[in-house]
Amino acid sequence: MRYFTEDHEWVDVDGDIGTVGITDYAQGQLGDIVFVDVPEEGKTVTKGDEAAVVESVKAASDVYTPVSGTVIEGNAELADNPGLVNEDADGEGWFFKLTLSDPSELEGLMDEAKYDAFVAKL
Amino acid sequence: MSDEAETEIELQTLPLDAWHRARGGRMVPFAGYHMPVQYEGIMAEHLWVRESAGLFDVSHMGQLLLSGPDLDAELEKLIPADVKGVKLHGQKYSLLLADNGGILDDLMFTRWEDGIYMVVNGAVKYDDIAHLRDHLPDEITLNHMDDQALLALQGPKAADALGRLVPGVAELVFMTGGRFDWNGVPLWISRSGYTGEDGFEISVPGDKAEALADALCAQPEVKPIGLGARDSLRLEADLPLYGHDLDPETTPLMAALGFAVASKRRREEANFPGAERVLLEREQGPVVKRVGLLVEGRQPVREGAAVLDAEGSEVGKVTSGGFAPTLGAPIAMAYVPAAMAEVGTKIQLNQRGKVHEATVTAMPFVPHRYVRGSK
Repeated sequence: MRYFTEDHEWVDVDGDIGTVGITDYAQGQLGDIVFVDVPEEGKTVTKGDEAAVVESVKAASDVYTPVSGTVIEGNAELADNPGLVNEDADGEGWFFKLTLSDPSELEGLMDEAKYDAFVAKL
Repeated sequence: MSDEAETEIELQTLPLDAWHRARGGRMVPFAGYHMPVQYEGIMAEHLWVRESAGLFDVSHMGQLLLSGPDLDAELEKLIPADVKGVKLHGQKYSLLLADNGGILDDLMFTRWEDGIYMVVNGAVKYDDIAHLRDHLPDEITLNHMDDQALLALQGPKAADALGRLVPGVAELVFMTGGRFDWNGVPLWISRSGYTGEDGFEISVPGDKAEALADALCAQPEVKPIGLGARDSLRLEADLPLYGHDLDPETTPLMAALGFAVASKRRREEANFPGAERVLLEREQGPVVKRVGLLVEGRQPVREGAAVLDAEGSEVGKVTSGGFAPTLGAPIAMAYVPAAMAEVGTKIQLNQRGKVHEATVTAMPFVPHRYVRGSK
């Protein structure tokens, strides 16, 4: 099941493991992505924290973690190939995986239909 | 993700506003106008200009016409250039200086039959007009040509594309211009620009700008290019941007624009604003200087990042920085103490608490490809 934030992050949840990325809408707004900084394994993050940085040619943006937990993996592919986020934001361009510490946080997030409706109004 | 805060100001529209929107331009506020930051994407647009030709709308810039008695001598009281030495249709870069030698704006001026045509930065054009009006005698007329649009066609294939529409432009050399006719529309065209590439700047009546932009983009070499790529192109070409790399706190020598005070006569007369300080800095070197930096790694270091000395104290600032599409690496311009300005010096930069390693490098980062006349 995939959940979305109003800040255009997504988290895909499988059991207590979440995979976090930014949405296709977000990558389109950012334009050509030239650098991504993902958190290291073992880092504890709290919902709403600046967990990653994504930089386009034009600007730097913070990526907030949609849920709290402990990072188990950052997407190492993005170091050499940040453009992967432009090519496949919803899939191969994921940012990090974490173990959820409070799955109830998911209740405050949007599902895909709600997110699509949210973006349509922007 | 974070959104950048947008200031709510009354934005004006330029003659090509609808044209940009129809072509998919993403409009952003810039210099008080709605302007296109990109069409298909900054990276692709940047590389297209370096390989082919790109059309930029720079109608936000101020086009001024000065005329009247003793104009050359009066203008020389405000800028350090050799105005008197500029021949008909010759173009020169110069700086509007404050009394302390600080830079109020950078500009291009050209001798026309009936006066001096000047192009100034959009963001400060009304300040420039006020400054010129305050300091020039009443007998000098200042006409803000705000019914004119300004287009720039830049890139190695610009001469092919424009030459097809306006025969004869290829005969212009860098920093000269001429009057041309395109289907009955009078154009002022100069061989100049702000990308480091060969190219042209075209002043066209605002109500004919759409037709000309259409005709140019119908050429196979030409695509419209947004402000985003204009910024990365000028950064690679060592062309400072007013309000970022230049401001009233910087002087010509600090800004590494010594060529703007190259006229021996003007230096000997020493009668331009701030001459004493500027000439002293020319002699002894400025205390701080604008340099180019190659940044290690992939992360861009941008305007506002701190330059650190060996002890970790802030001794300077990055004034422009970003990812250089031509080089595939981050680059920056920064003001650093003279002792750190030597090419090859290793420098540390602090951006949002993270330290980046950088090396002072010769500019331009990407060689200029201007078409100069034989001397």
